[in-house]
Amino acid sequence: MSHESTYNPQTGIEKWIDRRMPIVRLGYDSFIDFPTPKNLNYWYTFGVILTIVLAVQIVSGVVLAMHYAAHVDHAFQSVEHIMRDVNYGWLLRYTHANGASMFFLAVYAHMARGLYYGSYKEPRELLWMIGVVIFLLMMATAFMGYVLPWGQMSFWGATVITSLFSAIPIVGDPIKTLLWGGFSVDNPTLNRFYALHYLMPFLIAGAVVLHIWALHVPGNNNPSGIEVKDVKKDTLPFHPYYTVKDGFAAVIFLIMFAAFIFYMPNILGHPDNYIPADPLVTPAHIVPEWYFLPFYAMLRAITFDILFIPAKLGGVLAMFGSILILFVLPWLDGSKVRSMRYRPIAKQFFLVFMLNFFFLGWLGGQPAEGIYVALAQAGTAYYFAYFLVILPVLSVTETPLPLPKSIAESVFADKSKKSQGSVASGGAQPAPAE
Amino acid sequence: MSSTSDTAPKELAGDWVQPDDGAEPTKRDFIHLLAVGTAAAAGVGVVIPLVSQLAPDAAVRALATKEVSIAGVEPGQAIKVIWQGKPVFIRRLTEREIAVDTETPLARLSDTDARNANLPGAEATVEGRIQGEDLVVVTGVCTHLGCVPLGTAAGENKGDYGGWFCPCHGSHYDSLGRIRKGPAPDNLAVPPLEFLTETTIRLG
Repeated sequence: MSHESTYNPQTGIEKWIDRRMPIVRLGYDSFIDFPTPKNLNYWYTFGVILTIVLAVQIVSGVVLAMHYAAHVDHAFQSVEHIMRDVNYGWLLRYTHANGASMFFLAVYAHMARGLYYGSYKEPRELLWMIGVVIFLLMMATAFMGYVLPWGQMSFWGATVITSLFSAIPIVGDPIKTLLWGGFSVDNPTLNRFYALHYLMPFLIAGAVVLHIWALHVPGNNNPSGIEVKDVKKDTLPFHPYYTVKDGFAAVIFLIMFAAFIFYMPNILGHPDNYIPADPLVTPAHIVPEWYFLPFYAMLRAITFDILFIPAKLGGVLAMFGSILILFVLPWLDGSKVRSMRYRPIAKQFFLVFMLNFFFLGWLGGQPAEGIYVALAQAGTAYYFAYFLVILPVLSVTETPLPLPKSIAESVFADKSKKSQGSVASGGAQPAPAE
Repeated sequence: MSSTSDTAPKELAGDWVQPDDGAEPTKRDFIHLLAVGTAAAAGVGVVIPLVSQLAPDAAVRALATKEVSIAGVEPGQAIKVIWQGKPVFIRRLTEREIAVDTETPLARLSDTDARNANLPGAEATVEGRIQGEDLVVVTGVCTHLGCVPLGTAAGENKGDYGGWFCPCHGSHYDSLGRIRKGPAPDNLAVPPLEFLTETTIRLG
């Protein structure tokens, strides 16, 4: 949160720098003596984890770019060349490919945390919206990166997703031609996707700076959802308390990341992407990467015309709308209580929302026929109803549980509840002699 | 800095502020308008090349037409050629297939537009879709999301209507390439084409 600077330069060189450009002061006030609510749990470690994964992706991506050739005749071969000939090329490529999955794994956990603890609510609306922008940039970056190896899934994924734009009335087809730089996905498309795939991570990094800035004005939300009232009682300095906690979580996360790289590097990919792209043969099932599956399911769920909107455009609107709706979430959920801990009814609907999201992800990997279509329609309906009906209605009708007076009090309440619990469970044991 | 401004006379400090509160348009208003207008025009001038470089380049446009020999295509057979980076299906129908298509009423079609670049606005009848006596020429790009439908090569799934079947999202086309079932909105497009001889056509 915004606070008085406590940085006190000791050495001559620190004083010299501080008078000219107080960058050390900025770092100290932001990441050392930054007052952080004392009750943050492990769900709050994904911000730091995401920063680490972004750095891993940029570093591994820059070195992969030194060996990759963005041309339809060479792209597939150059990826094989990286795998077989380049020193440690296999490690770099597996890190980068699985890093994308780790990025989405962490961002989904990060977003679910925000949804559950009401982190999008006043005064953090802009923080949340910048986060949604980062999510959109991530999706665009990941999509374009998946095209670069120029395998069958690269080519046909690119064809299907760019063809989405042709659903837009009148300007759709010209936009598609402009995206492709030709009359189909071809060399110009590969070239521009490569240029943009290299550019966008730096846009993400810039947006992350804004995200942290917007975070550091109001300060962290916390599991109780109530604001810091007394900095001394409610907060701890970021270092060492949260550098250690985030660091520990990051190590656990990186061990899992390493397990994917070294033991199952291809499990999250599609085997068809090891077949070179062929514009004349479409694979039997075009499936996006796992992290896009819930949205892909919503795209395919709209098989009927809605008034004057044809089914194809309806599917595209549903898919993009499912993310864009997050921008207005702070104004859809009007409940003054942030954390779902104190919202007994909303909490149940949130749990169903989470299960529904996994369910949509599973449906996105199934063929779009028969019962799967009807199930995807039900899942899509719930996804939108959660934001457009359930949260707005609950914010009026729900009676929240009593809130603790302060963060400090909520921490002590948790502690005493736990010790009571252990006394109760100990009741079955023979009582110790008093 | 602070010491000089403290000693400066008050009137001088505010002298550069616009004296008139905008009752009349001044020479300065005109200069502002001109400056902003020029900057906007320059902005447009920068955007035009930046956007138009994305459009198909001269090399891509040069491959926009293609000549194809159809001499070897017997009734019941089909071939696949590449035009503008996309597959084009060329198929010679059997008499039986033409008879079935002739009997299908327009009311049974979900898209009644011929989608024929050579006959704009025509209806999706046999006449609207066919080339010459018995030739069907369509771009092999599903109108749903751009997959290549199966059914051209022998032994491939031709779908429920004996034409083409898109494996991506299950669209069925008949032997004239008209959409009959599934999510695709339009009939397979008939590309602009011309018969150069009895056995050669030019696409594009």
